[in-house]
Amino acid sequence: MARTLKLRIWRGNDEDGALQDVTVEGNNGEVVLDIIHRVQATQMGDLAVRWNCKAGKCGSCSMEINGKPRLACMTQISAYGDDEVITITPLRAFPVIKDLVTDVSFNYKKALEVRAYEHPVDLKPGEARMEQVDVERSQEFRKCIECFLCQDTCHVIRDHEENKKSFAGPRFFIRIAELDMHPLDTLRNRKQTAQSEHGLGMCNITKCCTEVCPEHIRITDNAIIPMKERVVDVKYDPLRWLGSVIRKRDGIL
Amino acid sequence: MGSNPTPSARFTRPSWACVRFHPWKVVPYLALTGLWHETSPMAIDTPGNGVFSEGRAKLSARTLRTDKWWLTPFVTFVVLFSFIVYATFRAFENGKYFAQPLISPFYSPCLSTDCVKDSPSFVGTIFGTYHIFGMTVSPSLFILIFPLAFRLTCYYYRKAYYRSFWMSPPACAVAEPHAKYTGETRAPLILQNGHRYAFYAGLVLNVFLSIDAIGAFRNEKGQWGHMSIGTLVLLANATFLWLYSLSCHTCRHTIGGRLRNFSKHPVRYKLWTWVSVLNHKHQNFAWISLFGVALADLYVRQVSGHSIRNLYFF
Repeated sequence: MARTLKLRIWRGNDEDGALQDVTVEGNNGEVVLDIIHRVQATQMGDLAVRWNCKAGKCGSCSMEINGKPRLACMTQISAYGDDEVITITPLRAFPVIKDLVTDVSFNYKKALEVRAYEHPVDLKPGEARMEQVDVERSQEFRKCIECFLCQDTCHVIRDHEENKKSFAGPRFFIRIAELDMHPLDTLRNRKQTAQSEHGLGMCNITKCCTEVCPEHIRITDNAIIPMKERVVDVKYDPLRWLGSVIRKRDGIL
Repeated sequence: MGSNPTPSARFTRPSWACVRFHPWKVVPYLALTGLWHETSPMAIDTPGNGVFSEGRAKLSARTLRTDKWWLTPFVTFVVLFSFIVYATFRAFENGKYFAQPLISPFYSPCLSTDCVKDSPSFVGTIFGTYHIFGMTVSPSLFILIFPLAFRLTCYYYRKAYYRSFWMSPPACAVAEPHAKYTGETRAPLILQNGHRYAFYAGLVLNVFLSIDAIGAFRNEKGQWGHMSIGTLVLLANATFLWLYSLSCHTCRHTIGGRLRNFSKHPVRYKLWTWVSVLNHKHQNFAWISLFGVALADLYVRQVSGHSIRNLYFF
């Protein structure tokens, strides 16, 4: 083994817990998840950690490493110095279940609140046609692996538990943007509900969601800000409102 | 175990030296420790909220980040604050803003009878000369509100000042010191939704500043066909301001972002792709144009005050 790693791993449950110091062997080239598995195999047999693909595609091993929301399977130990203590904690925006495993059901509740895609009634199965330029923007958001790192880092809910009821979070803003930009979706009030039901106005675009996204989706620039501008079109811009009244359409060209 | 020295082989500090002293950390320390030490009276976070909420992992630290997360907001604060101080001083100075053929971007277009009528973008004395309590109102104040509104509502600057001035949040995964948060849903922050109107006003001002830059191809006697350092300064300033305005998120939305079907609007789609490329660099243009406008003003001020000579190439 090439080096000795000093770790501080949070152990506990929803009632109590603390950081525990562990020393473990590791090789450069390994990722933090490998090291956690070694700790589990050699020293802490009952250490709980959620993981699955080890390839950055399933979004299971989200945790906070030295205070930063990251995927453990995509965090190389070579990024940390020999003297550095690597602190590993569960996601701090969600309730903890055990050790590094958190209860992320908040996100599934929010997912249910977003109205699904509505297909045009006059198009039979197999008849839908879309051009590539029309679906490109939405395709970027389909890269989302639902690791919920953006939800975890978003200060609107991370720092204010009471906002959870009224705020959907960045992951669902890209879902709403994906559908609002979809060339065939027929549901027309996504802009209004983004503001009134999903709390788009709570976002103050400080871009932490974009910073932590392991899929490098430009959440703020390509989804949240365009959605904010679309909301302005239908809610706050008097000239656009006047235009929509005169031309009898809902602000979508 | 490789070639790494064992900890015991190294110099160990005596136990009383438990805090290493970094002079360069003093200012941010004073600004931030009060807010980040849970026991500090300055910590206004309600216990039991945010990362300390019931059910979340019990940890006492407001952040466990080990990098210099405070550096970017700190530098942003210092630079933006310095700019505000300089711009305020210049806006109220009401002088040294014109030296034929150069006019300061802080005073263009000039809308007061106070203004020098030779300035290239002179549009007349719309406002006359105003006096409040016997003092002349600087003509700069009539126009600076527009770029101020544009930058204040800009999607990039919002990130910059929400983080560095308001610490909401100071950095990612660093607990903010506020007990309540409503985002941009209430007055006054709901006005951020008017960014597009500030953008339109900014475009109009860019036109005037471009006229000023073209007008700078004259010499001190007003004859055309000359070029000086000042010409380059005003040209660069106008270019950076155009890049900043055109890379704006509202511009990207207006030019094509609001469309549902790009395939039905090929020209707007093409324009949208160009603006999207610029938009990627919006943050850089925001800073470059901020420095650009301050340095252009400083240059005109120095030339106007005869501190430096505006060197002519031809």
